[in-house]
Amino acid sequence: MTELMPAEGVFSLMWLLIALPLAGAAVLLFGGRRTNTWGPYLAILTVGSSAVIGILMLLGMMQNSPEQRSIGQTLFTWVFVGDFSADMAFQLDQLSIVFVLLITVVGTLIHIYSLGYMAHDHDKRKFFGYLNLFVAAMLLLVLANNYLLLYVGWEGVGLASYLLISFWQIKPSAAAAGKKAFIINRVGDVGLSLAIMLMFVTFGSVGFQDVFGVAGQASEGTLTAIGLLLLLAACGKSAQFPLQAWLLDAMEGPTPVSALIHAATMVTAGVYLIVRSNVIFTAAEWAAIAVIVVGMITIWMGAIIGSAKDDIKKSLAGSTMSQIGYMIMAAGLGPIGYVFAIFHLLMHGVFKAGLFLGAGSVMHGMNDNVNMRRYGALRPLMLITSTTFIICYLAIIGIPPFDGFFSKDDIIHASFERSPIIGVLAMLAAGLTGFYMTRMVAMTFFGKARWEDDVHPHESPKVMTIPLIILAIGATFGGLSLVYWGNIETWLEPVTGIETIELAVPAWVFELTTLVLVIIGAVIGWMTYARREVPVEAPRGSWLTRAARKDLYGDAVNDVLVVQPTFYASRWLVWFDNKGVDGFVNGSAAFIGGLSGRMRRYQTGFVRSYALSMVGGAVLVVLALVLVRAS
Amino acid sequence: MTTFPWLTTLMVVPLVGSIVVALLPKARTLLAKQIALVVSVATLVLTVLMALQFVGDSVEPFQFVESHPWIPAFGISYSVGVDGIGLVLVALAATLVPIVVLAGWNDVDDSRGSVKGYFALILVLETLMIGVFSATDVFLFYVFFEVMLIPVYFMIGRYGGPQRSYAAVKFLLYSLVGGLFMLASLIGLYVVSAQMTGTGTFDFLTLAGLDIDEGVQKMLFLGFFFAFAVKAPLWPFHTWLPDAAAESKAGTSVLLLGVLDKVGTFGMIRYCLPIFPAASNFYAPVVIGMALIGIFYGAFVALSQNDMKRLFAYSSMSHFGFITLGIFVFTSVGQSGSVVYMVAHGLSTAALFLTAGFLMSRYHGSSQISDYAGVNKTAPVLAGFFMIAALSSLALPGMISFVGEFLVLLGAFERYMWVGALATLGIVITAAYVLRLYQRSMTGPLKPELEGMPDLGGREITALVPIAALTIVLGLFPAPLLNVINPAVDRVMTSIGATDPAPTLTGAALEQPNLPAEGTEQ
Repeated sequence: MTELMPAEGVFSLMWLLIALPLAGAAVLLFGGRRTNTWGPYLAILTVGSSAVIGILMLLGMMQNSPEQRSIGQTLFTWVFVGDFSADMAFQLDQLSIVFVLLITVVGTLIHIYSLGYMAHDHDKRKFFGYLNLFVAAMLLLVLANNYLLLYVGWEGVGLASYLLISFWQIKPSAAAAGKKAFIINRVGDVGLSLAIMLMFVTFGSVGFQDVFGVAGQASEGTLTAIGLLLLLAACGKSAQFPLQAWLLDAMEGPTPVSALIHAATMVTAGVYLIVRSNVIFTAAEWAAIAVIVVGMITIWMGAIIGSAKDDIKKSLAGSTMSQIGYMIMAAGLGPIGYVFAIFHLLMHGVFKAGLFLGAGSVMHGMNDNVNMRRYGALRPLMLITSTTFIICYLAIIGIPPFDGFFSKDDIIHASFERSPIIGVLAMLAAGLTGFYMTRMVAMTFFGKARWEDDVHPHESPKVMTIPLIILAIGATFGGLSLVYWGNIETWLEPVTGIETIELAVPAWVFELTTLVLVIIGAVIGWMTYARREVPVEAPRGSWLTRAARKDLYGDAVNDVLVVQPTFYASRWLVWFDNKGVDGFVNGSAAFIGGLSGRMRRYQTGFVRSYALSMVGGAVLVVLALVLVRAS
Repeated sequence: MTTFPWLTTLMVVPLVGSIVVALLPKARTLLAKQIALVVSVATLVLTVLMALQFVGDSVEPFQFVESHPWIPAFGISYSVGVDGIGLVLVALAATLVPIVVLAGWNDVDDSRGSVKGYFALILVLETLMIGVFSATDVFLFYVFFEVMLIPVYFMIGRYGGPQRSYAAVKFLLYSLVGGLFMLASLIGLYVVSAQMTGTGTFDFLTLAGLDIDEGVQKMLFLGFFFAFAVKAPLWPFHTWLPDAAAESKAGTSVLLLGVLDKVGTFGMIRYCLPIFPAASNFYAPVVIGMALIGIFYGAFVALSQNDMKRLFAYSSMSHFGFITLGIFVFTSVGQSGSVVYMVAHGLSTAALFLTAGFLMSRYHGSSQISDYAGVNKTAPVLAGFFMIAALSSLALPGMISFVGEFLVLLGAFERYMWVGALATLGIVITAAYVLRLYQRSMTGPLKPELEGMPDLGGREITALVPIAALTIVLGLFPAPLLNVINPAVDRVMTSIGATDPAPTLTGAALEQPNLPAEGTEQ
């Protein structure tokens, strides 16, 4: 465990990274209508400034030797009782800086894009306030130096997500979706809470440095329990099986929110949590295996759902689940996978933000219709949107030299290092990715126009397309530059450790096989959705398609197993409380004094008798005391 | 240590104010309100001045001590003083009273009772609340405990809703029965003290220092505990609370649930544990069981309520379960957490009841959730405060309620892992009923009947801002609370002979942890 360096120079501004967007949120949310005109610009300014500070810090870190890149800043002792204490303190290292840059840079682009996307919303100010709140909370999450403070950021992003999903809360579906997201995340929070408690009980501390320093000495059972609890937390935040059901509904939120929170940053918090706690997972093999299993299930669930949805945002949401599944699965592989989980997370943050913002741009030109069966042939009308979308599409399916190729390939290679079964499953899913993403691109931009009557597709304003262009550039060169120019593996190694296992088969074989599978998937997608007529009404489909359209029955399962029993118990307890407990009390009161009937009539009389009984009581006391004294 | 009689002054100021208000002509309603506000603000200022002089790590168990013989023949004295626990609760009471006065400005204008009467009752209640938290003579505590019922009885019975009489009498009956049991124990305690020391006494510190026979402790404990369990209220002694809350004015509910009910949990940690340590240990498993049942019972029942005020009452019952749990797991983390939770619950309850009260005052006083929908559209500021109150109630990390709740759960987990783990599940149901309430009332399309409902006005916002600010500021910087609470809790821990469990990994490995605080201190 490396010692933390004191925060000097540019690093003394660490707290500002969080404080700036937080202040922006406070001004916008408490300032009221008077901030309507300039508020959104202030929001962009605060996030942009954080991005600049973040970049300066990265440059500062690169000047330090690798052992001196972990920097700590303590503001004050936050919660302290007995042996327990948690500081308001931050830790910036190679892992957190990666997140800081992703959050602030992509965040700034999405803020700018929102200027155009939300231009006509009369609650625009609130929207930007919530976005700022989100950025502040997410930065707190990745900068906290202990688990309890991380929890504040963790729940803060959940709150921002809740507020933004239900931003158009006049729609009951949006309000319900926000609530659902929060409550499912609370289940994950139980995991995080208990993990923190178990850490304190075991190690006597909840600080990263303390816990990781001695984690190896704890029993494997304890570490496995902590690992599984952290995994539960990660499942909630990152929409992994079995807590995945909220993410698809979360698409009720405005599209920039889907891009920033429900694709690029917040939903990757689970990956951060696991990679940050790598010491624990490395020492708890069964917890790590559980991580792999959860990730793998979600890779497939997400891909299957993504293949069946006709709603462009929900299809992308399925894809997000699936891609985060890759990251989680990679994080479960141990030191051979941590780095690649983060690598893919970064790349995904860029191309998925580009895809979502692109989808938003398409919706913008299509009267907010999200049904891809009503799109088609949009490419010539939306040249910038379609070009950037296609670049990001090539990135997600992993075509070289776009960025997803490098990161996904590394994950697949690492899975083979772990076990051929995991490797094959991860590889096949990449083929499925090729299919559903091609389907999306074909249905949207190619084939025949299937527009509704009053739709006049058009390209979006510059304020929206420029962020798209920047993200597409990132998706084109990001992977290359992180492999050949600034190597992400050596950068993250001091935090995550790294390990490679020599395989009998050379790496290019895996790369080529994956590529072939992806192309097969893409060709099937193209043949089905670009070359053939796409019906405006969805055909009935196979049982798997029908199940996937219903989110693989995630809601139905939750409903039967959790929601209905809860309300049944609740109603029964209400009955019991009225008839049972209260009935008993009222009955006995009536029996003792016949009071319940007479209460209303004798109200004042009752007070008198109460006063009398008080006097009587006092007399009794005095009597008793006298007796005692006498004895 | 100053000799200024701080606590007596704090009690006398509102009492005098109350008398002045009561003596005003009935028609001078505005003046009555103004005097009540000025007096309660003055009391708050005095409280703050006093709190600033409180020494956090003092060796004295109580500060601002005053003692005057009252009935020397029976060893009864007027003795007051506060430790950190008493101090924060006195401060809570002093903070909430001016807020309630301001928030309830027009609440009783159309009531059966006189306007000045309501505000006079609030002030006299403030005197009694400060008294009950600062008494160091158990008999004096009992007197405050019982007399407090009278103003509340009238506040419910005269100024409440249609079922007010039923609710008021029920409240009174429950409290009265509880109080009688306590009285019996009190007398017993006196007898024991007389036997053990030769002269009977009600002085708390003397009583806490006695080594009472375990069998006797077990009997006397029950009397006290029963009174406190009714007051707090714990399952199954809770059924008076929903009725009382539903029939009360919002301000009355705030004082009742936010402050008065804390006397129950305060009594447990202040009186039950130090005076009856052996009995507390003996009964702890039962109490913890009741607390756990209460947490879930209250939360589940709250989930299906259609009446906001009843929902808040059941949610409070659930929260009182958490508070009691923290006290009876006998860890300093749990107990400090409980005291923080008491303050946090006072703030969140105030925010909920007052915001809901403002909402109801805009639509025929209806507290039925189904009468509202889409309020956010017409009254966004009100909805915003309702959201903050809701988040505070579900203990959002970053708010003071989180500090309290997490410490309680951690303290429980430290002692009995499975109890702590089970109680932690409560946070899911809490989120469910709180957000369900918000969703049903504030979101969706606006109900046509509510069209044109005005948003919060300046007075209402002024009442809510301090609560919201305290909730967030203390959540991020709870040191002012923890600094005074921790030493008091340490004393309680010592008195019951409890020590915190040590971490599983001890020894050399943890002797020299890499504390990031060192070397990186700014």
